[in-house]
Amino acid sequence: MKNLLNKPLKKHPDFRHTTTIDQVGVLERTSRITKRSIKNEAKMQGLKMALNMIDLTTLEGADTDQKVRQMCNKAKNLHVSSIKLPTTAAVCVYPSLVKTAKKEVEGSGVKVAAVATAFPSGQAPLDVKLADTKFAVSEGADEIDMVISRGRFHQGEYNYVYDEICAIKEACGKARLKVILETGELGSLDKVRKASDIAMYAGADFIKTSTGKISPAATMPVTYVMLQAIRDFYTQHNIMVGMKPAGGISTAKVALHYLIMVKEVLGEQWLNNNWFRFGASRLANDVLMQIEKQLSGAYQSADYFSKD
Amino acid sequence: MSRLEVLKTYKIYIGGKFPRTESGRYYTPEQNGSKLGNICLSSRKDFRNAVVAARSAQGSWANRSAFNKSQIIYRIAEMLEGRRAQFIEELIKMGASKAKAVKELEESIDRLVYFAGWCDKYQQVFGSVNPVASAHFNFSMYEAQGVVSIVAPEDSALLGLISAVIPVIIGGNTAVIIASESMPLCAISFAEVLATSDLPGGVVNILTGHEKELIDHISKHMDVNGLLYCRENVPLSFDENCEINMKRLSHLYSTNWSSEDLENPYLILDHLEVKTTWHPIEQIGGSAPSY
Repeated sequence: MKNLLNKPLKKHPDFRHTTTIDQVGVLERTSRITKRSIKNEAKMQGLKMALNMIDLTTLEGADTDQKVRQMCNKAKNLHVSSIKLPTTAAVCVYPSLVKTAKKEVEGSGVKVAAVATAFPSGQAPLDVKLADTKFAVSEGADEIDMVISRGRFHQGEYNYVYDEICAIKEACGKARLKVILETGELGSLDKVRKASDIAMYAGADFIKTSTGKISPAATMPVTYVMLQAIRDFYTQHNIMVGMKPAGGISTAKVALHYLIMVKEVLGEQWLNNNWFRFGASRLANDVLMQIEKQLSGAYQSADYFSKD
Repeated sequence: MSRLEVLKTYKIYIGGKFPRTESGRYYTPEQNGSKLGNICLSSRKDFRNAVVAARSAQGSWANRSAFNKSQIIYRIAEMLEGRRAQFIEELIKMGASKAKAVKELEESIDRLVYFAGWCDKYQQVFGSVNPVASAHFNFSMYEAQGVVSIVAPEDSALLGLISAVIPVIIGGNTAVIIASESMPLCAISFAEVLATSDLPGGVVNILTGHEKELIDHISKHMDVNGLLYCRENVPLSFDENCEINMKRLSHLYSTNWSSEDLENPYLILDHLEVKTTWHPIEQIGGSAPSY
């Protein structure tokens, strides 16, 4: 199997001058993607694929061991259906709950992702962030979701952001690193593109839109810009980077739109959970309801699906 | 110069908004050779969207105080009174005589007022404190069923519609209505009344179209908790589907919708569930307290 860990590229462009984005073009393109009609067989395949790409997430101050165990159980056994359903790709929790989650998903193939680096604000000194990351890794996290320092980014300290990601990447060791850009705080698509480039040059294995804590979270235009950044990076350096839109994707229909977008911008290679993920807590149930709708012909009710 | 009349497009009512049907299809029912309007032929997806709207409105509607529900239903009556002329004109357009149209409108308003009064009373009248043979305070209350889908009367465009929907919503249910196929004008105008009264969006959703096209989806939709069929014979498939997914199906049909039988609080109970609560109490009477 291909090595899934990227390395920072020491030779990187001057981040003050990165590609600019045609906003009108992006909106036009993404709105066209939402108008596709997806027919039954393709829809069913897409729905199952989407389920298998979900990072089932709980990031609340009120999270308890039991809540995390319950969510892990859901990740492993999504629903009792007449067909075999996949598990989700991973569960995503705070570092302090990694151990609990890890124990619960053992042997199921479900990975454990931990948000680290003073999530969600990222307002902490680098050594605190490194300690946070190392703790999560030592507890057994397979993946680390870090946040970039948006404040520094806005001050134009792009090299600081780059160096920080490099340092966190090193601290991750064998864990894959997802870099959260928190696009809702970046302001424009140009900046989304710039942040994506910085993250990829610094060795990100995934770039991720949002923490889910602020609105707007993942949107199609933002995701499209990030996918294009990934494609350009791949063309230049032959390095694959994964994509994870997170927050705000709660219906199966929207999830399918994202899959179409990935397929058309990046191609088939990215259509598996090594390279594409959905960060979501409510999406799984809607996808399950759509799958049952496809199987039975009747629209489903949330009353018949487990809550978490 | 003769003028080309503009035929009104009556849009459907979902979640407090007036979208066109997702299907883009229309039909133009006629009465005595004149076209009534462009009416949406709602599709199964419109129905699905309406159920989603009804579901998300249900919790907060059920939690409104009984008195507030009463105020809102009364407000609907007020708004209907204010648009007399439009409704009378539409009823005449759909084949009623002037006198009959006025009578139907006035009875509709009266019926709204009648049920507005019941909002904060049915619970006291029908709820109960039950005798039990243990130290428990045992009482039964009525609770909303959830989303109720209504196939509105075919032959009574306004009065029949109101008689069907109001008892359903005052118990805290939300409704998705399939309006009369041949006489749909009043249903959509009534939606305009609802939209401008204080009824929260999504509590009542009104679709127009062919019963035959929609009926299977209505009875199979798992997120619909109850069904109210208000036309003459309940279709067999409807009945069978409800048997499979255990939906409560009730049948309300009358050849005379102005009948006093329809001013009846038992109609409210048709789509409510009884919740019985056991609350432990100190034994009163008999022996002296133990402390």
